[in-house]
Amino acid sequence: MVPALVATEFKPWILLESENLKVSSRFLADFFPPNTQPDFLLLVAKEAWRTIAIATAGTFLALLLAIPLTLISTRVLSISSLSGRVHHLPFVVRQLVRWILIIIRSVPELIWALVFVRVVGLGPAAGVLAIGLTYAGMLGKVYTEILESGDHHVSTNLMRNGSSRLQAFFYGVLPQNLTELTSYTVYRWECAIRASAVLGFVGAGGLGQQLDNSMRMFNGGEVATILIVFMLLVGLADLLSAWLRKILQ
Amino acid sequence: MAQKDPAMNNPQANPWFRWNCSVCWVTLGIVLLTILSFWTLDLQLERLFSVDSAKRMGRFLGELLSPDVRAVFLHKLWIASVETLAMSAVGTVLAAFCGLLLAIPASKSHSNDPAHWRFLSRLLLNGLRSIPELVWAALILISAGLGPFAGTLALALHTTGVLGRLFSESIENAPQAPAHALRVQGASESQVFLYATLPTIIPQLMSYSLYRWENNIRAAAVLGVVGGGGLGQMLAFHMGLFQMQETSSILIAMILLVVLVDTVSYTARRLMSR
Repeated sequence: MVPALVATEFKPWILLESENLKVSSRFLADFFPPNTQPDFLLLVAKEAWRTIAIATAGTFLALLLAIPLTLISTRVLSISSLSGRVHHLPFVVRQLVRWILIIIRSVPELIWALVFVRVVGLGPAAGVLAIGLTYAGMLGKVYTEILESGDHHVSTNLMRNGSSRLQAFFYGVLPQNLTELTSYTVYRWECAIRASAVLGFVGAGGLGQQLDNSMRMFNGGEVATILIVFMLLVGLADLLSAWLRKILQ
Repeated sequence: MAQKDPAMNNPQANPWFRWNCSVCWVTLGIVLLTILSFWTLDLQLERLFSVDSAKRMGRFLGELLSPDVRAVFLHKLWIASVETLAMSAVGTVLAAFCGLLLAIPASKSHSNDPAHWRFLSRLLLNGLRSIPELVWAALILISAGLGPFAGTLALALHTTGVLGRLFSESIENAPQAPAHALRVQGASESQVFLYATLPTIIPQLMSYSLYRWENNIRAAAVLGVVGGGGLGQMLAFHMGLFQMQETSSILIAMILLVVLVDTVSYTARRLMSR
Protein backbone atom coordinates (compact mmCIF):
# COMPACT_ATOMS: atom_id res chain seq x y z
CA MET A 1 0.00 0.00 0.00
CA VAL A 2 2.85 2.42 0.83
CA PRO A 3 4.42 2.37 -2.67
CA ALA A 4 0.93 2.96 -4.06
CA LEU A 5 0.51 5.99 -1.80
CA VAL A 6 3.88 7.33 -2.97
CA ALA A 7 3.00 6.74 -6.62
CA THR A 8 -0.27 8.66 -6.28
CA GLU A 9 1.50 11.57 -4.51
CA PHE A 10 -0.99 11.07 -1.71
CA LYS A 11 -0.59 14.24 0.34
CA PRO A 12 -3.94 15.13 1.88
CA TRP A 13 -2.42 18.03 3.80
CA ILE A 14 -2.05 20.12 0.64
CA LEU A 15 -5.85 20.43 0.74
CA LEU A 16 -5.47 22.28 4.04
CA GLU A 17 -2.73 24.70 2.98
CA SER A 18 -3.99 28.24 3.54
CA GLU A 19 -3.57 29.22 -0.12
CA ASN A 20 -5.53 26.22 -1.45
CA LEU A 21 -8.08 26.47 1.32
CA LYS A 22 -8.79 30.10 0.42
CA VAL A 23 -9.32 29.32 -3.28
CA SER A 24 -11.52 26.29 -2.68
CA SER A 25 -13.63 27.91 0.03
CA ARG A 26 -14.25 30.95 -2.20
CA PHE A 27 -15.22 28.63 -5.07
CA LEU A 28 -17.54 26.60 -2.83
CA ALA A 29 -19.09 29.71 -1.28
CA ASP A 30 -19.88 30.81 -4.84
CA PHE A 31 -22.05 27.69 -5.29
CA PHE A 32 -24.86 29.32 -3.29
CA PRO A 33 -27.06 30.59 -4.70
CA PRO A 34 -26.93 28.66 -8.00
CA ASN A 35 -27.16 30.82 -11.09
CA THR A 36 -30.82 31.01 -12.16
CA GLN A 37 -30.76 33.79 -14.72
CA PRO A 38 -33.29 32.93 -17.46
CA ASP A 39 -30.84 33.14 -20.35
CA PHE A 40 -28.33 30.94 -18.53
CA LEU A 41 -31.04 28.41 -17.68
CA LEU A 42 -32.08 28.39 -21.34
CA LEU A 43 -28.48 27.72 -22.36
CA VAL A 44 -28.22 24.86 -19.84
CA ALA A 45 -31.52 23.40 -21.04
CA LYS A 46 -30.23 23.49 -24.62
CA GLU A 47 -27.01 21.75 -23.62
CA ALA A 48 -28.99 19.16 -21.62
CA TRP A 49 -31.04 18.34 -24.74
CA ARG A 50 -27.84 18.08 -26.75
CA THR A 51 -26.50 15.63 -24.17
CA ILE A 52 -29.62 13.48 -24.61
CA ALA A 53 -29.44 13.79 -28.39
CA ILE A 54 -25.76 12.79 -28.52
CA ALA A 55 -26.51 9.75 -26.34
CA THR A 56 -29.50 8.73 -28.46
CA ALA A 57 -27.77 9.21 -31.80
CA GLY A 58 -24.69 7.41 -30.46
CA THR A 59 -26.73 4.45 -29.25
CA PHE A 60 -28.51 4.27 -32.62
CA LEU A 61 -25.15 4.25 -34.43
CA ALA A 62 -23.91 1.56 -32.05
CA LEU A 63 -26.99 -0.52 -32.83
CA LEU A 64 -26.41 -0.16 -36.59
CA LEU A 65 -22.82 -1.36 -36.16
CA ALA A 66 -23.54 -4.05 -33.57
CA ILE A 67 -26.30 -5.92 -35.44
CA PRO A 68 -24.20 -7.08 -38.41
CA LEU A 69 -21.20 -7.75 -36.16
CA THR A 70 -23.38 -9.91 -33.91
CA LEU A 71 -24.84 -11.80 -36.87
CA ILE A 72 -21.33 -12.57 -38.08
CA SER A 73 -19.84 -13.51 -34.74
CA THR A 74 -22.54 -15.66 -33.19
CA ARG A 75 -22.00 -19.41 -33.34
CA VAL A 76 -25.74 -20.09 -33.24
CA LEU A 77 -26.15 -19.24 -36.93
CA SER A 78 -23.26 -21.34 -38.13
CA ILE A 79 -24.33 -23.66 -40.93
CA SER A 80 -21.09 -25.59 -41.06
CA SER A 81 -21.33 -26.48 -37.37
CA LEU A 82 -24.54 -28.39 -38.06
CA SER A 83 -22.46 -31.29 -39.33
CA GLY A 84 -19.79 -31.43 -36.66
CA ARG A 85 -16.98 -28.88 -36.34
CA VAL A 86 -17.05 -25.34 -37.68
CA HIS A 87 -15.05 -24.92 -40.88
CA HIS A 88 -11.75 -23.07 -40.78
CA LEU A 89 -12.67 -19.92 -42.68
CA PRO A 90 -15.89 -19.12 -40.72
CA PHE A 91 -13.99 -19.85 -37.50
CA VAL A 92 -11.25 -17.37 -38.39
CA VAL A 93 -13.79 -14.72 -39.44
CA ARG A 94 -15.70 -15.13 -36.16
CA GLN A 95 -12.57 -14.84 -34.05
CA LEU A 96 -11.50 -11.77 -36.03
CA VAL A 97 -14.84 -10.02 -35.41
CA ARG A 98 -14.66 -10.92 -31.71
CA TRP A 99 -11.21 -9.36 -31.45
CA ILE A 100 -12.39 -6.22 -33.23
CA LEU A 101 -15.25 -5.98 -30.70
CA ILE A 102 -12.81 -6.40 -27.80
CA ILE A 103 -10.48 -3.70 -29.11
CA ILE A 104 -13.16 -1.10 -29.81
CA ARG A 105 -14.73 -1.53 -26.41
CA SER A 106 -11.50 -1.54 -24.40
CA VAL A 107 -10.72 2.04 -25.38
CA PRO A 108 -12.92 4.21 -23.12
CA GLU A 109 -15.43 6.47 -24.91
CA LEU A 110 -13.66 9.59 -23.65
CA ILE A 111 -10.44 8.54 -25.38
CA TRP A 112 -12.32 7.80 -28.60
CA ALA A 113 -13.89 11.25 -28.31
CA LEU A 114 -10.45 12.81 -27.91
CA VAL A 115 -9.33 10.97 -31.05
CA PHE A 116 -12.45 11.93 -33.05
CA VAL A 117 -12.19 15.57 -32.03
CA ARG A 118 -8.83 15.49 -33.84
CA VAL A 119 -10.33 13.91 -36.95
CA VAL A 120 -13.77 15.55 -37.36
CA GLY A 121 -13.25 18.71 -35.31
CA LEU A 122 -14.92 20.03 -32.16
CA GLY A 123 -18.65 19.40 -31.78
CA PRO A 124 -21.29 16.75 -31.24
CA ALA A 125 -20.19 14.57 -34.18
CA ALA A 126 -17.11 13.47 -32.20
CA GLY A 127 -19.29 12.53 -29.24
CA VAL A 128 -21.76 10.55 -31.37
CA LEU A 129 -18.96 8.64 -33.07
CA ALA A 130 -17.21 7.93 -29.76
CA ILE A 131 -20.35 6.56 -28.11
CA GLY A 132 -21.31 4.69 -31.29
CA LEU A 133 -17.99 2.90 -31.51
CA THR A 134 -17.49 1.97 -27.83
CA TYR A 135 -21.08 0.90 -27.38
CA ALA A 136 -21.04 -1.10 -30.61
CA GLY A 137 -18.30 -3.15 -28.98
CA MET A 138 -20.29 -3.63 -25.78
CA LEU A 139 -23.63 -4.30 -27.50
CA GLY A 140 -22.01 -6.72 -29.95
CA LYS A 141 -20.44 -8.72 -27.15
CA VAL A 142 -23.55 -8.89 -24.99
CA TYR A 143 -25.90 -9.57 -27.95
CA THR A 144 -23.69 -12.49 -28.96
CA GLU A 145 -23.75 -13.84 -25.41
CA ILE A 146 -27.54 -13.50 -25.18
CA LEU A 147 -28.07 -15.29 -28.51
CA GLU A 148 -25.69 -18.10 -27.59
CA SER A 149 -27.19 -18.65 -24.15
CA GLY A 150 -30.68 -19.19 -25.60
CA ASP A 151 -32.32 -22.36 -26.81
CA HIS A 152 -30.93 -23.37 -30.22
CA HIS A 153 -33.37 -26.08 -31.20
CA VAL A 154 -35.62 -23.94 -33.36
CA SER A 155 -32.85 -22.25 -35.33
CA THR A 156 -30.90 -25.49 -35.84
CA ASN A 157 -34.03 -27.21 -37.03
CA LEU A 158 -34.79 -24.41 -39.46
CA MET A 159 -31.27 -24.45 -40.88
CA ARG A 160 -31.20 -28.26 -41.13
CA ASN A 161 -34.35 -28.03 -43.23
CA GLY A 162 -32.78 -25.61 -45.64
CA SER A 163 -33.67 -22.14 -44.41
CA SER A 164 -31.08 -19.42 -44.77
CA ARG A 165 -29.20 -18.03 -41.80
CA LEU A 166 -31.16 -14.78 -41.83
CA GLN A 167 -34.45 -16.71 -41.90
CA ALA A 168 -33.26 -18.82 -38.96
CA PHE A 169 -32.34 -15.61 -37.15
CA PHE A 170 -35.67 -13.86 -37.71
CA TYR A 171 -37.92 -16.85 -37.08
CA GLY A 172 -35.86 -18.96 -34.68
CA VAL A 173 -33.46 -16.81 -32.65
CA LEU A 174 -34.91 -13.30 -32.53
CA PRO A 175 -38.42 -14.02 -31.14
CA GLN A 176 -37.19 -15.76 -27.98
CA ASN A 177 -34.45 -13.23 -27.22
CA LEU A 178 -36.12 -9.97 -28.27
CA THR A 179 -37.09 -8.70 -24.79
CA GLU A 180 -33.66 -9.39 -23.34
CA LEU A 181 -31.93 -7.69 -26.26
CA THR A 182 -34.19 -4.62 -26.03
CA SER A 183 -33.87 -4.22 -22.30
CA TYR A 184 -30.08 -4.38 -22.51
CA THR A 185 -30.13 -1.75 -25.28
CA VAL A 186 -32.29 0.55 -23.14
CA TYR A 187 -29.87 0.08 -20.24
CA ARG A 188 -26.98 1.02 -22.54
CA TRP A 189 -28.86 4.15 -23.61
CA GLU A 190 -29.01 5.17 -19.96
CA CYS A 191 -25.25 4.62 -19.65
CA ALA A 192 -24.76 6.64 -22.83
CA ILE A 193 -26.48 9.63 -21.24
CA ARG A 194 -24.04 9.51 -18.34
CA ALA A 195 -21.15 9.19 -20.77
CA SER A 196 -22.26 11.95 -23.13
CA ALA A 197 -22.63 14.38 -20.22
CA VAL A 198 -18.94 13.90 -19.57
CA LEU A 199 -17.68 13.83 -23.16
CA GLY A 200 -18.00 17.60 -23.37
CA PHE A 201 -14.83 17.92 -21.30
CA VAL A 202 -12.80 17.05 -24.37
CA GLY A 203 -14.85 19.30 -26.66
CA ALA A 204 -17.58 16.94 -27.86
CA GLY A 205 -20.53 19.21 -26.95
CA GLY A 206 -23.25 18.86 -24.34
CA LEU A 207 -23.43 19.67 -20.63
CA GLY A 208 -19.81 18.68 -19.97
CA GLN A 209 -18.52 21.41 -22.25
CA GLN A 210 -20.59 24.06 -20.46
CA LEU A 211 -19.40 22.72 -17.10
CA ASP A 212 -15.81 22.90 -18.28
CA ASN A 213 -16.27 26.51 -19.41
CA SER A 214 -17.84 27.60 -16.11
CA MET A 215 -15.18 25.80 -14.12
CA ARG A 216 -12.38 27.50 -16.03
CA MET A 217 -13.88 30.86 -15.09
CA PHE A 218 -14.25 29.76 -11.43
CA ASN A 219 -17.95 30.64 -11.68
CA GLY A 220 -19.32 28.66 -8.74
CA GLY A 221 -22.96 29.67 -9.28
CA GLU A 222 -22.99 28.39 -12.87
CA VAL A 223 -21.19 25.19 -11.84
CA ALA A 224 -23.81 24.57 -9.14
CA THR A 225 -26.70 24.99 -11.61
CA ILE A 226 -25.10 22.67 -14.16
CA LEU A 227 -24.35 20.04 -11.51
CA ILE A 228 -27.98 20.11 -10.34
CA VAL A 229 -29.29 19.78 -13.91
CA PHE A 230 -26.79 17.01 -14.50
CA MET A 231 -27.97 15.02 -11.45
CA LEU A 232 -31.60 15.52 -12.47
CA LEU A 233 -30.86 14.32 -16.00
CA VAL A 234 -29.07 11.19 -14.82
CA GLY A 235 -31.81 10.47 -12.28
CA LEU A 236 -34.50 10.93 -14.92
CA ALA A 237 -32.73 8.66 -17.42
CA ASP A 238 -32.40 6.10 -14.64
CA LEU A 239 -36.15 6.18 -13.88
CA LEU A 240 -37.17 6.19 -17.54
CA SER A 241 -34.95 3.25 -18.39
CA ALA A 242 -36.20 1.25 -15.39
CA TRP A 243 -39.80 1.98 -16.44
CA LEU A 244 -39.17 1.09 -20.09
CA ARG A 245 -37.54 -2.18 -19.14
CA LYS A 246 -40.51 -3.02 -16.93
CA ILE A 247 -42.97 -2.31 -19.76
CA LEU A 248 -41.00 -4.40 -22.23
CA GLN A 249 -40.90 -7.45 -19.97
CA MET B 1 -47.86 -7.74 -22.95
CA ALA B 2 -48.34 -10.55 -25.44
CA GLN B 3 -50.69 -12.46 -23.12
CA LYS B 4 -53.21 -9.64 -22.87
CA ASP B 5 -53.26 -9.19 -26.59
CA PRO B 6 -56.44 -10.62 -28.21
CA ALA B 7 -55.03 -10.24 -31.71
CA MET B 8 -52.42 -12.90 -30.90
CA ASN B 9 -55.08 -15.60 -31.29
CA ASN B 10 -55.85 -14.44 -34.77
CA PRO B 11 -52.71 -13.93 -36.82
CA GLN B 12 -54.71 -12.38 -39.67
CA ALA B 13 -55.67 -9.34 -37.54
CA ASN B 14 -52.23 -8.05 -36.72
CA PRO B 15 -52.04 -4.32 -37.49
CA TRP B 16 -48.76 -2.44 -37.00
CA PHE B 17 -50.14 0.02 -34.51
CA ARG B 18 -52.95 -0.12 -31.93
CA TRP B 19 -54.02 2.62 -29.57
CA ASN B 20 -54.18 0.42 -26.50
CA CYS B 21 -50.72 -1.13 -26.94
CA SER B 22 -48.06 0.40 -24.70
CA VAL B 23 -45.18 -1.22 -26.57
CA CYS B 24 -46.34 0.46 -29.81
CA TRP B 25 -46.31 3.84 -28.08
CA VAL B 26 -42.89 3.23 -26.58
CA THR B 27 -41.53 2.18 -29.96
CA LEU B 28 -43.03 5.27 -31.57
CA GLY B 29 -41.47 7.42 -28.83
CA ILE B 30 -38.03 5.89 -29.35
CA VAL B 31 -38.23 6.38 -33.12
CA LEU B 32 -39.28 10.03 -32.64
CA LEU B 33 -36.49 10.64 -30.12
CA THR B 34 -33.92 9.20 -32.49
CA ILE B 35 -35.13 11.27 -35.45
CA LEU B 36 -35.25 14.45 -33.34
CA SER B 37 -31.74 13.77 -32.03
CA PHE B 38 -30.21 13.47 -35.47
CA TRP B 39 -32.23 16.41 -36.74
CA THR B 40 -31.25 18.87 -33.99
CA LEU B 41 -27.61 17.88 -33.61
CA ASP B 42 -26.21 19.44 -36.78
CA LEU B 43 -23.73 16.61 -37.22
CA GLN B 44 -22.40 17.94 -40.54
CA LEU B 45 -22.51 14.44 -41.94
CA GLU B 46 -21.49 15.62 -45.39
CA ARG B 47 -18.23 16.86 -43.88
CA LEU B 48 -17.84 13.62 -41.96
CA PHE B 49 -18.05 11.48 -45.08
CA SER B 50 -16.06 13.78 -47.33
CA VAL B 51 -12.86 12.77 -49.11
CA ASP B 52 -10.95 15.22 -46.96
CA SER B 53 -12.08 13.67 -43.70
CA ALA B 54 -11.46 10.17 -45.03
CA LYS B 55 -7.92 11.23 -45.91
CA ARG B 56 -7.40 12.66 -42.44
CA MET B 57 -8.76 9.50 -40.87
CA GLY B 58 -6.47 7.38 -43.02
CA ARG B 59 -3.42 9.44 -42.17
CA PHE B 60 -4.36 9.33 -38.51
CA LEU B 61 -4.76 5.54 -38.53
CA GLY B 62 -1.46 5.21 -40.39
CA GLU B 63 0.30 7.26 -37.75
CA LEU B 64 -1.30 5.19 -35.02
CA LEU B 65 0.24 2.06 -36.50
CA SER B 66 3.78 3.29 -35.87
CA PRO B 67 4.11 3.39 -32.08
CA ASP B 68 7.09 4.90 -30.30
CA VAL B 69 9.12 2.06 -28.77
CA ARG B 70 12.25 3.88 -27.57
CA ALA B 71 13.41 2.52 -24.21
CA VAL B 72 13.28 5.95 -22.53
CA PHE B 73 9.67 6.45 -23.59
CA LEU B 74 8.65 2.93 -22.66
CA HIS B 75 10.08 3.54 -19.20
CA LYS B 76 7.94 6.69 -18.84
CA LEU B 77 4.94 4.71 -20.08
CA TRP B 78 5.60 2.00 -17.49
CA ILE B 79 5.71 4.61 -14.70
CA ALA B 80 2.42 6.13 -15.89
CA SER B 81 0.78 2.69 -16.03
CA VAL B 82 1.94 1.93 -12.49
CA GLU B 83 0.61 5.32 -11.43
CA THR B 84 -2.77 4.50 -12.99
CA LEU B 85 -2.88 1.16 -11.17
CA ALA B 86 -1.86 2.80 -7.88
CA MET B 87 -4.53 5.50 -8.29
CA SER B 88 -7.23 2.90 -8.78
CA ALA B 89 -6.02 0.79 -5.84
CA VAL B 90 -5.71 3.66 -3.35
CA GLY B 91 -9.00 5.17 -4.53
CA THR B 92 -10.85 1.87 -4.14
CA VAL B 93 -9.40 1.12 -0.67
CA LEU B 94 -10.26 4.62 0.56
CA ALA B 95 -13.74 4.26 -0.90
CA ALA B 96 -14.32 0.85 0.66
CA PHE B 97 -13.37 2.29 4.06
CA CYS B 98 -15.47 5.50 3.77
CA GLY B 99 -18.27 3.56 2.09
CA LEU B 100 -18.52 1.19 5.04
CA LEU B 101 -18.45 4.10 7.50
CA LEU B 102 -21.36 5.75 5.66
CA ALA B 103 -23.19 2.48 5.04
CA ILE B 104 -23.66 1.82 8.76
CA PRO B 105 -25.83 4.91 9.43
CA ALA B 106 -27.48 4.42 6.02
CA SER B 107 -28.90 1.01 6.85
CA LYS B 108 -31.73 -0.15 9.06
CA SER B 109 -30.05 -3.18 10.58
CA HIS B 110 -33.01 -4.63 12.51
CA SER B 111 -36.71 -3.91 12.77
CA ASN B 112 -36.40 -1.89 16.00
CA ASP B 113 -33.49 0.18 14.71
CA PRO B 114 -34.65 3.83 14.66
CA ALA B 115 -32.02 4.65 11.98
CA HIS B 116 -32.24 8.42 12.49
CA TRP B 117 -29.41 9.13 10.04
CA ARG B 118 -30.67 6.83 7.30
CA PHE B 119 -32.20 9.49 5.06
CA LEU B 120 -29.31 11.94 5.33
CA SER B 121 -26.55 9.42 4.74
CA ARG B 122 -28.47 7.92 1.80
CA LEU B 123 -28.81 11.40 0.32
CA LEU B 124 -25.07 11.94 0.71
CA LEU B 125 -24.27 8.57 -0.88
CA ASN B 126 -26.61 9.28 -3.81
CA GLY B 127 -25.02 12.69 -4.33
CA LEU B 128 -21.50 11.22 -4.31
CA ARG B 129 -22.59 8.51 -6.74
CA SER B 130 -24.47 10.60 -9.26
CA ILE B 131 -21.49 12.84 -10.07
CA PRO B 132 -19.06 10.95 -12.32
CA GLU B 133 -15.38 10.56 -11.44
CA LEU B 134 -14.36 12.90 -14.20
CA VAL B 135 -16.48 15.77 -12.90
CA TRP B 136 -15.18 15.16 -9.38
CA ALA B 137 -11.63 15.29 -10.73
CA ALA B 138 -12.27 18.60 -12.46
CA LEU B 139 -13.76 20.02 -9.24
CA ILE B 140 -10.95 18.73 -7.01
CA LEU B 141 -8.24 20.09 -9.29
CA ILE B 142 -9.11 23.52 -7.93
CA SER B 143 -8.05 22.60 -4.40
CA ALA B 144 -5.59 19.75 -4.92
CA GLY B 145 -3.81 20.90 -8.07
CA LEU B 146 -2.86 18.83 -11.14
CA GLY B 147 -1.61 15.30 -10.63
CA PRO B 148 -2.51 11.80 -9.50
CA PHE B 149 -3.67 12.91 -6.05
CA ALA B 150 -6.67 14.75 -7.51
CA GLY B 151 -7.51 11.71 -9.62
CA THR B 152 -7.27 9.39 -6.63
CA LEU B 153 -9.58 11.56 -4.54
CA ALA B 154 -12.06 11.79 -7.42
CA LEU B 155 -12.15 8.01 -7.78
CA ALA B 156 -12.52 7.65 -4.01
CA LEU B 157 -15.46 10.08 -3.81
CA HIS B 158 -17.51 8.54 -6.64
CA THR B 159 -16.72 4.98 -5.54
CA THR B 160 -17.65 5.80 -1.93
CA GLY B 161 -21.15 6.59 -3.17
CA VAL B 162 -21.39 3.38 -5.20
CA LEU B 163 -19.91 1.06 -2.57
CA GLY B 164 -21.71 2.74 0.33
CA ARG B 165 -25.06 1.99 -1.25
CA LEU B 166 -24.16 -1.61 -2.06
CA PHE B 167 -22.70 -2.11 1.43
CA SER B 168 -25.80 -0.72 3.15
CA GLU B 169 -27.93 -3.13 1.12
CA SER B 170 -25.68 -6.01 2.21
CA ILE B 171 -26.02 -4.93 5.86
CA GLU B 172 -29.79 -4.79 5.59
CA ASN B 173 -30.00 -8.17 3.88
CA ALA B 174 -27.58 -9.90 6.28
CA PRO B 175 -28.99 -12.89 8.18
CA GLN B 176 -30.56 -11.64 11.40
CA ALA B 177 -30.06 -14.67 13.66
CA PRO B 178 -26.44 -14.12 14.83
CA ALA B 179 -27.07 -10.41 15.47
CA HIS B 180 -30.25 -11.20 17.35
CA ALA B 181 -28.48 -13.82 19.49
CA LEU B 182 -25.85 -11.28 20.56
CA ARG B 183 -28.41 -8.53 21.08
CA VAL B 184 -30.58 -10.55 23.49
CA GLN B 185 -27.43 -11.32 25.48
CA GLY B 186 -26.99 -7.58 26.03
CA ALA B 187 -24.19 -6.85 23.55
CA SER B 188 -23.87 -3.21 22.48
CA GLU B 189 -24.74 -2.18 18.88
CA SER B 190 -21.07 -1.80 17.93
CA GLN B 191 -20.28 -5.27 19.33
CA VAL B 192 -23.20 -6.73 17.40
CA PHE B 193 -21.95 -5.14 14.18
CA LEU B 194 -18.33 -6.20 14.65
CA TYR B 195 -18.95 -9.76 15.80
CA ALA B 196 -22.20 -10.75 14.08
CA THR B 197 -23.08 -8.62 11.05
CA LEU B 198 -19.65 -7.81 9.64
CA PRO B 199 -18.27 -11.40 9.58
CA THR B 200 -21.30 -12.63 7.63
CA ILE B 201 -21.12 -9.95 4.94
CA ILE B 202 -17.33 -9.64 4.55
CA PRO B 203 -17.15 -11.95 1.48
CA GLN B 204 -19.82 -9.89 -0.27
CA LEU B 205 -18.11 -6.60 0.60
CA MET B 206 -14.84 -7.95 -0.77
CA SER B 207 -16.37 -9.04 -4.05
CA TYR B 208 -18.14 -5.69 -4.53
CA SER B 209 -14.88 -3.83 -3.83
CA LEU B 210 -12.93 -6.01 -6.26
CA TYR B 211 -15.55 -5.45 -8.94
CA ARG B 212 -15.35 -1.68 -8.43
CA TRP B 213 -11.57 -1.83 -8.52
CA GLU B 214 -11.78 -3.39 -11.96
CA ASN B 215 -14.03 -0.51 -13.05
CA ASN B 216 -11.76 2.06 -11.45
CA ILE B 217 -8.73 0.96 -13.44
CA ARG B 218 -10.56 1.95 -16.62
CA ALA B 219 -11.70 5.19 -15.01
CA ALA B 220 -8.20 5.98 -13.74
CA ALA B 221 -6.81 5.64 -17.24
CA VAL B 222 -9.24 8.33 -18.36
CA LEU B 223 -9.13 10.80 -15.46
CA GLY B 224 -5.78 12.17 -16.56
CA VAL B 225 -7.42 13.82 -19.57
CA VAL B 226 -8.68 16.60 -17.28
CA GLY B 227 -5.36 16.66 -15.39
CA GLY B 228 -5.73 13.83 -12.90
CA GLY B 229 -2.47 12.00 -13.54
CA GLY B 230 -1.64 8.57 -14.95
CA LEU B 231 -1.86 7.36 -18.55
CA GLY B 232 -4.65 9.81 -19.44
CA GLN B 233 -2.58 12.86 -18.57
CA MET B 234 0.25 11.57 -20.72
CA LEU B 235 -2.18 10.93 -23.57
CA ALA B 236 -3.70 14.40 -23.38
CA PHE B 237 -0.21 15.94 -23.31
CA HIS B 238 1.23 14.10 -26.31
CA MET B 239 -1.98 14.33 -28.32
CA GLY B 240 -2.07 18.06 -27.68
CA LEU B 241 1.38 18.33 -29.23
CA PHE B 242 0.31 16.11 -32.18
CA GLN B 243 3.04 13.60 -31.31
CA MET B 244 1.24 10.69 -32.90
CA GLN B 245 3.87 7.99 -32.30
CA GLU B 246 3.80 8.59 -28.55
CA THR B 247 -0.01 8.80 -28.60
CA SER B 248 -0.16 5.46 -30.36
CA SER B 249 2.05 3.79 -27.72
CA ILE B 250 -0.08 5.21 -24.91
CA LEU B 251 -3.29 3.97 -26.54
CA ILE B 252 -1.80 0.50 -26.93
CA ALA B 253 -0.69 0.55 -23.28
CA MET B 254 -4.23 1.50 -22.24
CA ILE B 255 -5.80 -1.32 -24.28
CA LEU B 256 -3.30 -3.79 -22.84
CA LEU B 257 -4.00 -2.64 -19.28
CA VAL B 258 -7.76 -2.98 -19.72
CA VAL B 259 -7.54 -6.36 -21.46
CA LEU B 260 -5.14 -7.59 -18.76
CA VAL B 261 -7.43 -6.53 -15.93
CA ASP B 262 -10.46 -8.08 -17.67
CA THR B 263 -8.63 -11.38 -18.18
CA VAL B 264 -7.36 -11.51 -14.58
CA SER B 265 -10.77 -10.76 -13.10
CA TYR B 266 -12.52 -13.18 -15.48
CA THR B 267 -10.11 -15.97 -14.50
CA ALA B 268 -10.37 -15.10 -10.80
CA ARG B 269 -14.16 -15.20 -10.95
CA ARG B 270 -14.14 -18.51 -12.83
CA LEU B 271 -11.79 -19.99 -10.22
CA MET B 272 -13.88 -18.69 -7.33
CA SER B 273 -17.19 -19.88 -8.75
CA ARG B 274 -15.87 -23.41 -9.26
